[in-house]
Amino acid sequence: MAAQSVQFLIKTFITGIVIGVAGFVAALYAVPAVDLSRETSIIAVSPNGGNAETFHINIPMDRIMVGDPAGKQGVPPGVAWPEDPVLDGVRAEVFKVRNSRNAVIGVASRLAAESGEFGNVIEWVVHLPARGSLFVTLEAASGGGGRTGPLRAGTREFRTIVGTMRERWVTNTSAEADAPAGRIELVATFVSSELPDNDGEREEAE
Amino acid sequence: MKYLLALVVGIAVGAVITLAFLYYNPFTTQASLSPLEVSERPQFSLQYSAIANHAIVYTNDGESRVRPYPDKVLQLWEAPVRRTAALVTLLRDGRGMPAGIGIKFSTHSEDSRILNGEALVDSVWHVWLPERGSFMLAQTENYWDYLREVVLPAYLSSGNNWKGNWRGTVTSGPGALGTAKVFGGSGSLAGVDAEAIETLAAKAYSSDHGPVAMEGQLTIELPLPGSGLAADNGSD
Repeated sequence: MAAQSVQFLIKTFITGIVIGVAGFVAALYAVPAVDLSRETSIIAVSPNGGNAETFHINIPMDRIMVGDPAGKQGVPPGVAWPEDPVLDGVRAEVFKVRNSRNAVIGVASRLAAESGEFGNVIEWVVHLPARGSLFVTLEAASGGGGRTGPLRAGTREFRTIVGTMRERWVTNTSAEADAPAGRIELVATFVSSELPDNDGEREEAE
Repeated sequence: MKYLLALVVGIAVGAVITLAFLYYNPFTTQASLSPLEVSERPQFSLQYSAIANHAIVYTNDGESRVRPYPDKVLQLWEAPVRRTAALVTLLRDGRGMPAGIGIKFSTHSEDSRILNGEALVDSVWHVWLPERGSFMLAQTENYWDYLREVVLPAYLSSGNNWKGNWRGTVTSGPGALGTAKVFGGSGSLAGVDAEAIETLAAKAYSSDHGPVAMEGQLTIELPLPGSGLAADNGSD
């Protein structure tokens, strides 16, 4: 009787091991290690085709960093911008990016450089964690409606998309005490470079 | 009661066996040789310190082990950016001389699969090099080997730290050979589509403060002139 009891105890223990292995593997498989928070995309149809999405950056509250060779407008306080000739004429900025509902949905970098060799360069990388990233090179000359430039590359959701982006400074007109001084508005106009074929696969559009 | 206890202990042992298998699983080790190391195409490398307080600016959600730098930098506490970190750093060339500025955004990836040895991070670099121009580097990084060989040993150590020499390629895609994509933006890199890898070399890690001595390196492979790998300017 005691021998049977010990045998059953061992069987129970081995069953526990199997359940432990299977349960742990199942849990690792079923429960995502990372679950990113998402905001609903707010996309409008452009009158000339394609989709438009508007992002904005409230100034000064969304500034993460302003690296300035002059060093007078450095953000955050205490930032040590390298004093090296290699960074002469370079202004690097990092921001939080908001959607049309004023919710933070990503981060962005803006590089502006004055180069005797390559001319003036103004570029954005907009990184939206749950969606992907956009790389935009703007025309250096500013028109009445701001600067516009082509979408040079995109990742993940934006990988197959072509289009343009426009940056524009919009001065605040609100009289509220805690209102921002203004906002940088980024309007991206997208057209997919791929079209679905008959089999549901995607192929390059001409 | 003793049967229930045996079952519970068995389940715990099963979980430990699974953890041990994940830790020692030789099939999840990343390749030690990068395809760029055997390439004959022209390459250049950029180095940076991967320590937060050696950066110009480093920020994250403010609750992670690695603290934002400087102290008053805006933190990424909002839900959509809470798993994201931003690094702004001076990049140095192969001789250790300042070469430009690099901004890196990295986000924990939803494609991470612990069972497959994939602790993934989606990241992009925005880089300006006065002598070459600008580019964006987009990649998926896998930190599994780093976690297994540096971070976990630091936690298991009685002194809560790890010292040694660890060097690994963290880039695992999206290129077919586990390389990153480089998109040239301006200057001599305008319109260039290229490949790259990022490697880390760690010498010390503290379980309280994160990396203590760690260098990063970007190796960018340029297409051969006339190879057709360079995109036309503005074509996309």
